Amino acid sequence: MEETLAHPLEKYLRTEKLPHMWCPGCGIGTVVQAFLRAVDELKIEQDKVVAVSGIGCTGRIPQYIKFDGAHVLHGRAIPVALGIKLARPDLKVVVFGGDGDLASIGGNHLMHAARRNADLIVIMVNNFIYGLTGGQVAPTTPKEATTYTSPYGPDSKPLDAVKLVSAAGGTFVARWSTAYPVLLKESIKRAFSHRGFSFIEVISQCPELFGRINNFKSTYEIYQKIKKVGTIRRGISPYDAKYDWNSEISLGEFVNFEAPSYYDQLREIIEKAKGVKE
Amino acid sequence: METIAKSIWKRLPLSSNYAVAYAARDSDVDEIAAYPITPQTTVVEKLSEFIANGELLAEMVHVESEHSAMSASIGASAAGARAFTATSSQGLELMHELLHIASGMRLPIVMSVAARALSAPLSIWGDYSDVMNTRDTSWITIIASSAQEVYDSIVQAYRIAESVMLPVMVAYDGFMMSHTYEPVFVSEKAGLFRDYIPRKGRVVLDTKKPVTMGAVANPDWYYETKYQQVKAMSDAYGLSVEADQTFSKLYGRGYGLVEEYNVDNSELVILTYGGIFGTVKQAVDEMREQGIPVGAARVRLFRPFPLNELRSLLLKSKAVAVLDRSFSNGLPVSGPLAVELKSMMNSYNINVPVYSYIVGLGQRTVTEADISKIASQALSSKVSNESIYWGVRE
Repeated sequence: MEETLAHPLEKYLRTEKLPHMWCPGCGIGTVVQAFLRAVDELKIEQDKVVAVSGIGCTGRIPQYIKFDGAHVLHGRAIPVALGIKLARPDLKVVVFGGDGDLASIGGNHLMHAARRNADLIVIMVNNFIYGLTGGQVAPTTPKEATTYTSPYGPDSKPLDAVKLVSAAGGTFVARWSTAYPVLLKESIKRAFSHRGFSFIEVISQCPELFGRINNFKSTYEIYQKIKKVGTIRRGISPYDAKYDWNSEISLGEFVNFEAPSYYDQLREIIEKAKGVKE
Repeated sequence: METIAKSIWKRLPLSSNYAVAYAARDSDVDEIAAYPITPQTTVVEKLSEFIANGELLAEMVHVESEHSAMSASIGASAAGARAFTATSSQGLELMHELLHIASGMRLPIVMSVAARALSAPLSIWGDYSDVMNTRDTSWITIIASSAQEVYDSIVQAYRIAESVMLPVMVAYDGFMMSHTYEPVFVSEKAGLFRDYIPRKGRVVLDTKKPVTMGAVANPDWYYETKYQQVKAMSDAYGLSVEADQTFSKLYGRGYGLVEEYNVDNSELVILTYGGIFGTVKQAVDEMREQGIPVGAARVRLFRPFPLNELRSLLLKSKAVAVLDRSFSNGLPVSGPLAVELKSMMNSYNINVPVYSYIVGLGQRTVTEADISKIASQALSSKVSNESIYWGVRE
């Protein structure tokens, strides 16, 4: 009998759920792998991580990885995750969501989680469209792109989530792409050790629903585009970071500083009020 | 009718979603605000195409949630536009508070709903839990059972809405109708319905004649304002009949408010709503061939509740089995249509046995064989007083 070698990350996967629902060439797998490698290298106990998601292709991640998790309503992963974190501050709570989930219907929650410096890691996979519903225009869709609900391009300019989260008060804000899986993994590791709100956007390819309609004839072509447009800029301000499909989408860690997290701030108020003793 | 059919219609293979889009185009809507949700999305995709191709002169807003979709529709309608939106499931739930605003502000918005199950657990498949949750929102509710009826109902909906100043939703089965294709007659050229749904003057936001919509109503006036909605819903009944009859006269297709099928000389009527009616009719045919005296009917207008049509149906019925694709948990009889039918029968002293069946939740398949088994169970009268959850694994 031929011996089959287990995948080094297999213990983190719900193998009974495989094969997964993502299309061939999708970038989400790269994000999952970077995340699992980060957890593995940091030797974080599996039962200390909770994965929460809303709706969307990226929202399916918690189904496939072996951590406790919740798959909740479209856009609402962040408030659910915050509830989990407040009830169990000892857990690492990670939110996975797409741009359609976190920057659109859940945009308000993203903004306020950043404002509160909520103790969460939010990984937003940006494929520029609503993928799961079939490729409709999203708030992140570049002006130059075509989608199934914007045959002549979007009606307004895209939202740069890095600037939004930075302006709202996020204390760890980064953007990477699927072309840099190792840098992404390292960034996720730093997010794990960061106290407060960590936001990582990952520019990712959707070859089927964003690629085809925009004349990328293969996964390779759209991947090359993502590789080319993503430019690493170290030490620049998030407000100088570019989000431009034609020239440059800036990658890097734009914000990283220490500030009292939401949990710290709550403890402070409790102490001031001389309330509950731990 | 044949001559009409030849001259003004174009026959196309359409899903109910596309039928909605064609109907919105042919109703000459001015504003569309929508957010993607399965299984509604192709409605909006098609409408984007119509706008991009210059077939429809309308503004489309790609909003950031269904809450915003209904809000934008309210704004557009308040400013005088003919507003349209489409949604499903959680999208309809997210709109819920706005549904009350739309009806309370008396705005003639029309919305299509590809009916779908509600989370949790997450299901993208069809049932009517979403639509049934809106029963108390003062929206006129039509439930169609074919793509042609979806098309015609959207057009009729604007006539009703703009006459009575209440919003209308037209619902149909998610997936079973939203994604299956049927031959549909659509208008050959623009303007076919111009006289059927004329542009009428109404109170709108106008700087020359300022009004405030949705203003604060204290206890001295809130009650009366709400009662006006009750009166309007009551008027909507007659107007729905009129809209359907006039449509039938002008365009050759009418549906009534309750559709009956082989009800005469039956021992049992199977009453339901939506696309499942096709399966029920097929089952009735098969049972009739075997000499089993079964008939069927479906409620097309759910709000306002079609009292007269149902009374006349019940007068002809010896027993009724109601198939609901939704449930109101905590009641002994939990099928929404069954509950409302029983309540109506009580008010009008009608005494016919009503058996409540819950079927097809989250798109659990319901076949003709299921319908036949339900019918023979109901005919045996050995049926529980409580709702039966057909085929569930306990």
